[in-house]
Amino acid sequence: MKHIVKILTLVMAITALWVGLLQTSMIPCSHTWLLPIYFVVSLGCYGLLMVGVGLMNFPTCPQEALLLQKDIVEAKEYLKQKGVDVSSS
Amino acid sequence: MARFAQNRSLSFEAAVAHCEVFVLRHLASLEMDGHHQKQKNKYSIIVPTYNERLNIGLIVYLIFKHLGPDGTQDVVKQLQQVYGEDRILLRARPRKLGLGTAYIHGMKHASGNFVVIMDADLSHHPKYLPSFIRKQSETGADIVTGTRYVKGGGVHGWNLMRKLTSRGANVLAQTLLWPGVSDLTGSFRLYRKSVLEDIISCCVSKGYVFQMEMIVRASRKGYHIEEVPITFVDRVFGSSKLGGSEIVEYLKGLAYLLVTT
Repeated sequence: MKHIVKILTLVMAITALWVGLLQTSMIPCSHTWLLPIYFVVSLGCYGLLMVGVGLMNFPTCPQEALLLQKDIVEAKEYLKQKGVDVSSS
Repeated sequence: MARFAQNRSLSFEAAVAHCEVFVLRHLASLEMDGHHQKQKNKYSIIVPTYNERLNIGLIVYLIFKHLGPDGTQDVVKQLQQVYGEDRILLRARPRKLGLGTAYIHGMKHASGNFVVIMDADLSHHPKYLPSFIRKQSETGADIVTGTRYVKGGGVHGWNLMRKLTSRGANVLAQTLLWPGVSDLTGSFRLYRKSVLEDIISCCVSKGYVFQMEMIVRASRKGYHIEEVPITFVDRVFGSSKLGGSEIVEYLKGLAYLLVTT
C-alpha cells in the first residue's frame, strides 16, 4: 500500500470524526468548526517542538576533527615515504 | 589478498536540460576479503569522486589501516598504478543522472557480495567500516546505514543555521515518510550487492534526495536495515551548501517520495 494512501485514509478518518461531531452537536458548533484549525496549529507546534528538541540534542564531536587531522598527516607521511604524491591535498 | 580493481575511469554524465551539461566524475573502487567464521564475504568499496583525486590516496591508506591485510607494499604499488591508469570514457544513459550513474558504474566493476559507499572528501572516516561489517554479520541486515543523529554519532564544523536546516529537513521527512531510520540523507552505507542493484534501478532523484530515496525505497520494499553511529567532520568549516534552491529541490523530492512510495 502506498504511503500516501495511508495518509489520505488517516485524513479521511479524522474528517469523518469531525463531521460526526458537527452532526451530533456534542460540542458547541462554533468550537467544532474551529477544530481543524486547532489540529493544524497543534501539528505545527509539534513540528517546531521536534526541531527545537533535535537542535538542542544535536550531537557534536569536535575531538573527531582533531583525530581526522592526525590521520591525514599520518597518511600523507606514509604515502610520501612510499613515493605517492599527495602533497597538494 | 587485497587488490585494486583496474577500473579507474572518467565518466561523462549528461544532464538533460535546455542544454546539455557534462559532469565529470571519477570513480574508484576497492575490493578486499573479509573473513568470517561462517562464510567468506567480499566487500567492494565505491568512492565516487569529483575533483577529489588527491583525497583518494588518503582514503586508500585509511581503509587499509583499518581493514586491510599486511601487504601494504602491494597496496601502494597498485595505488601508483591506479593513478597512472588510462581513463575510460563512458556515456551513461541520460535517464540516470548524478550519483546514480557513478554507483551503477562502480557496481559493474565490483565483484564483492557486499558494497560500501562512502564520500571521497574524508567526511566519512574509514575507521567505521569494521563496525559496519560487524553489525551486518551480527544481524544479517541487507543494509547498514551510518547515522549522525543518535548517541555515539555526531557532526563537526556545522554552524547553527546548518544544524537548524538539517533538523528541520529531518523532522519534515520523518513526519511525512515514516522511514524507520534516523538519518535519511547520509550517504555512508553498506549494502548487499543484490539489494543495491534492486534499489538503484528504481531511483531517479539527484543530490542528497537520491540518498533519501534509496533508503526510503529500501524500507518500503521490506529490506532489513540497521544503523551504526558515525561522525561527520566537515573539513571546510562553516561553508553551508544549502541555499534557497536546495531547499526547493528538497521539498520537491520529498513530495515525489511521498506520492510514489
